[in-house]
Amino acid sequence: MTAEGIGARVLRKEDKRFITGNGRYTDDMTMQRMGHAAFVRSTHAHARIKSINTDDAMKMPGVDAVLNGHQLVADGIGNIICGWMIHSKDGSPMNMGAYRALESETVRYVGQAIAVVVADTQQQARDAAEAVVVEYEDLPAVVDSLDALKDGAPQLHPEAAGNLIYDWEIGEEAPTDEAFANAAHVTRMDIDNNRLVPNPMEPRSALAHFDPSEEHYTLYTTSQNPHVARLVLSAFYNVAPENKLRVIAPDVGGGFGSKIFIYPEEIACLWATKRVGRPVKWTSDRTEAFLTDAHGRDHHSTAELALDANNKITGFRVKTVANLGAYMSLFSSSVPTYLYATLLSGQYNIPNIYANVKAVYTNTTPVDAYRGAGRPEATYVVERMMETAAKEVGMAPAEFRRINFVREFPHQTPVIMAYDAGDYEASLDAAMKAIDYDGFAQRRTQSEAAGKLRGIGMSCYIEACGIAPSQAVGSLGAGVGLWESAEVRVNAVGTIEVLTGSHSHGQGHETTFAQLVSDRLGLPTESISIVHGDTDKVQMGMGTYGSRSGAVGMSAIAKALDKVEAKAKKIAAHLMEASEGDIEIENGELKVTGTDKKLTFTEVSLAAYTAHNLPEGMEPGLKEGAFYDPTNFTFPAGCYICEVEVDPDTGVVSIENFVAADDFGTIINPMIVEGQVHGGLVQGIGQAMLEHTQYDEDGQLLTASYMDYTMPRADDVPSFTLETTVTECPGNPLGMKGCGEAGAIGSPPAVINAVTDALGIRDMNMPASPNRVWQLIQDNGMKEAAE
Amino acid sequence: MTTVSMTVNGKQISGEVEDRTLLSTFLRENQGLTGTHVGCDTSQCGACLVHMDGKAVKSCSMLAVQATGSAVTTIEGVSQNGQLHIMQKAFKENHGLQCGFCTPGMIMSAIDMIDRLGTDLDEKTIRHELEGNICRCTGYHNIVKAIKAAADEMAEVLEAAE
Ligand code: FES
Ligand code: FES
Repeated sequence: MTAEGIGARVLRKEDKRFITGNGRYTDDMTMQRMGHAAFVRSTHAHARIKSINTDDAMKMPGVDAVLNGHQLVADGIGNIICGWMIHSKDGSPMNMGAYRALESETVRYVGQAIAVVVADTQQQARDAAEAVVVEYEDLPAVVDSLDALKDGAPQLHPEAAGNLIYDWEIGEEAPTDEAFANAAHVTRMDIDNNRLVPNPMEPRSALAHFDPSEEHYTLYTTSQNPHVARLVLSAFYNVAPENKLRVIAPDVGGGFGSKIFIYPEEIACLWATKRVGRPVKWTSDRTEAFLTDAHGRDHHSTAELALDANNKITGFRVKTVANLGAYMSLFSSSVPTYLYATLLSGQYNIPNIYANVKAVYTNTTPVDAYRGAGRPEATYVVERMMETAAKEVGMAPAEFRRINFVREFPHQTPVIMAYDAGDYEASLDAAMKAIDYDGFAQRRTQSEAAGKLRGIGMSCYIEACGIAPSQAVGSLGAGVGLWESAEVRVNAVGTIEVLTGSHSHGQGHETTFAQLVSDRLGLPTESISIVHGDTDKVQMGMGTYGSRSGAVGMSAIAKALDKVEAKAKKIAAHLMEASEGDIEIENGELKVTGTDKKLTFTEVSLAAYTAHNLPEGMEPGLKEGAFYDPTNFTFPAGCYICEVEVDPDTGVVSIENFVAADDFGTIINPMIVEGQVHGGLVQGIGQAMLEHTQYDEDGQLLTASYMDYTMPRADDVPSFTLETTVTECPGNPLGMKGCGEAGAIGSPPAVINAVTDALGIRDMNMPASPNRVWQLIQDNGMKEAAE
Repeated sequence: MTTVSMTVNGKQISGEVEDRTLLSTFLRENQGLTGTHVGCDTSQCGACLVHMDGKAVKSCSMLAVQATGSAVTTIEGVSQNGQLHIMQKAFKENHGLQCGFCTPGMIMSAIDMIDRLGTDLDEKTIRHELEGNICRCTGYHNIVKAIKAAADEMAEVLEAAE
């Protein structure tokens, strides 16, 4: 342990370049002779393309080429894939419609790419894209998933009859039904989870370059997982073999899931750069981002909870319809299945669970993982149900949760997950204390005296992170392994480079990963550099999503460090004529226990490279790599409590207090972890109070800019009180669980439970916008009640 | 094409631009000052914020030609002689940034806030004044903290100077 080791609030190494304007994001890059790409996009939600006329566009100044989908297919570029196979309950594989990077026959959502223009400047490319004339034959469109399932609904793909992608189930139906037959009380709710647009502040961007003499491509791109991008571009889109394709994800301005996927634009830029013989750059504008970045959430659910006479939960039955948009994005199929329904047990001991999920095509932007991915949807269903059931049976929400908590570990739920460690009561207690739960009644009286409605709501979330053991996810349909790789390179003078397959786009890996090394070797973080995001430097990796970089990425580093330490100890023992078992590493020195004999880490590193005096048969050098495959998911959990005040005259909800008590296991850098929680909370509060993606019935996106889609601003949210409880994760060497998504997972139900408590109502949908809240107040005659 | 001349970060510069070129494009592409970011098309995110003649402007919302003859400061011009500005330091010390994309605009906005309103800022004022800057990563908590800390430190510096 060092001053900069595990648990220290080390300031971030990466900050300097960002605060001085020296960050290097994809759109900051330029190349000699670089051309700019702009896309011709569908203005119709559903239409057959009758013709594409590029004559005028081709004549415009600076235009090099206008390329379309026929040429793309002719050049052998493959269709866009979905990397997780889901089987319906009848055993049939999911029904997947063909998805091309450039569509030339039938468009299925507004914004779908049809052609790409390459010109000298971005403005010229955009002007020319506007001049391309696409003639459409309109087809009827459907935007809501429930409508899409109705008889007679417009059909999107011939491969998916009735727009049904899969009809999937988990858990045991018969025993669950029996629990309901014998229940003393049943709580039933219809619960929607609103569609969101991820909105990392850096828009997506791609810069592709082709070197004809080497037949080699380079792609700079806004990716959370450049190695996965290279694998997919190579193996499925036939852009180039892996050794002829280098993918670099430099500084990336936030991702939140939306930069996991390989989108049509990156494929088109790579393909176009060879055809036009110059580097090609494309950068999304914000409206394009709204139209084409994969959206999140969009579930309609019906949930039922069965209780016995003692208010213990005996059964949980959930039916969910998930809107996946017009095409299946890379991991879309896994989100409403294995990332969602496997968490429906929440923090509770529920003997019988049955869930049925139907995934549906609609004429909307594809939907895929967005911060939390499935787990926010599960938590929202579970925690809205818990709060409502408690009220229906006349119990305090905390007490009702307490009597149903899982208390023994490991705990096998009926929906695959085996929880390994946790103490749910500890986080509940910590949160209730921090918010002064007992003082709420008095605060409510004060609010009432001021003509305001006050409410309090809680949410006890659990999530599964780290995704996951490769073999396990493979058996569930994943097309990739979900391990992580690391390489620790010790230089001759004892400084260190750590190469990692994780990717940082705001998470601060350059700092936290260095802290781990510092902790182990006792070296200052200053002398430890983290290398990531470049397929030429790091051999292979699975990237950053699902809060996996700590639990999986750092575990790989820990494993590589084990090997480095072992070799360094051998060398030190040899040099000091001691036995290997007597060498310990402390403060950057290798010491012989119980003596004053020691060598600095630098001396040992140098010895490894001069190789003048190494143990018999040892190879020179000090560099070790490791792959780490977890043994289980990790299970971060916690309790969030939100207290709101509602102005009955305007419907404006203000969050008066928000407490988050989280158990993330071992924490490397509390400052960074708190930052992750703050950011997640505001995304979750954004969903609950402000954000909403709205299509009109023709499939036009009404919320396609910051004028119409309400992003949380600084004065929409409060400062937060954070509490930490710790149970270490037994599944990885560091005891880490992951913290990146918790805030977004746990907060929406806490907010809505608080708002419904303030209004004294049972049901409401997100977001709790002033308009909706005001309407609810009018409908329920509460304004008078408050006065 | 039009020639525009202005002072950017203390240096007199000029360049040839199409009339419709935005100031943000001019700074990023003609001048290579890529610290000024573009995060939206509707003048709302503030990632593009620079100072023009001492006032905060959104460089995505004006033409380069409109800046002719003025003095522009971008994020690259905020630290002096290799010394970080108090506001830059405060963002680092309070973990007021994650991905860093909104950060240049946030820092420029925060410096302008103190220029206009002085150093006596409470949380409510800071939050309200940040209306024109969107951050998707930090949840604003630490940005607000950073600005407050910088304001306090600047107040001390001013006091010491008096
Ligand atoms: S880019 Fe200027 S306000 Fe968004
Ligand atoms: S730090 Fe990423 S948008 Fe603010």
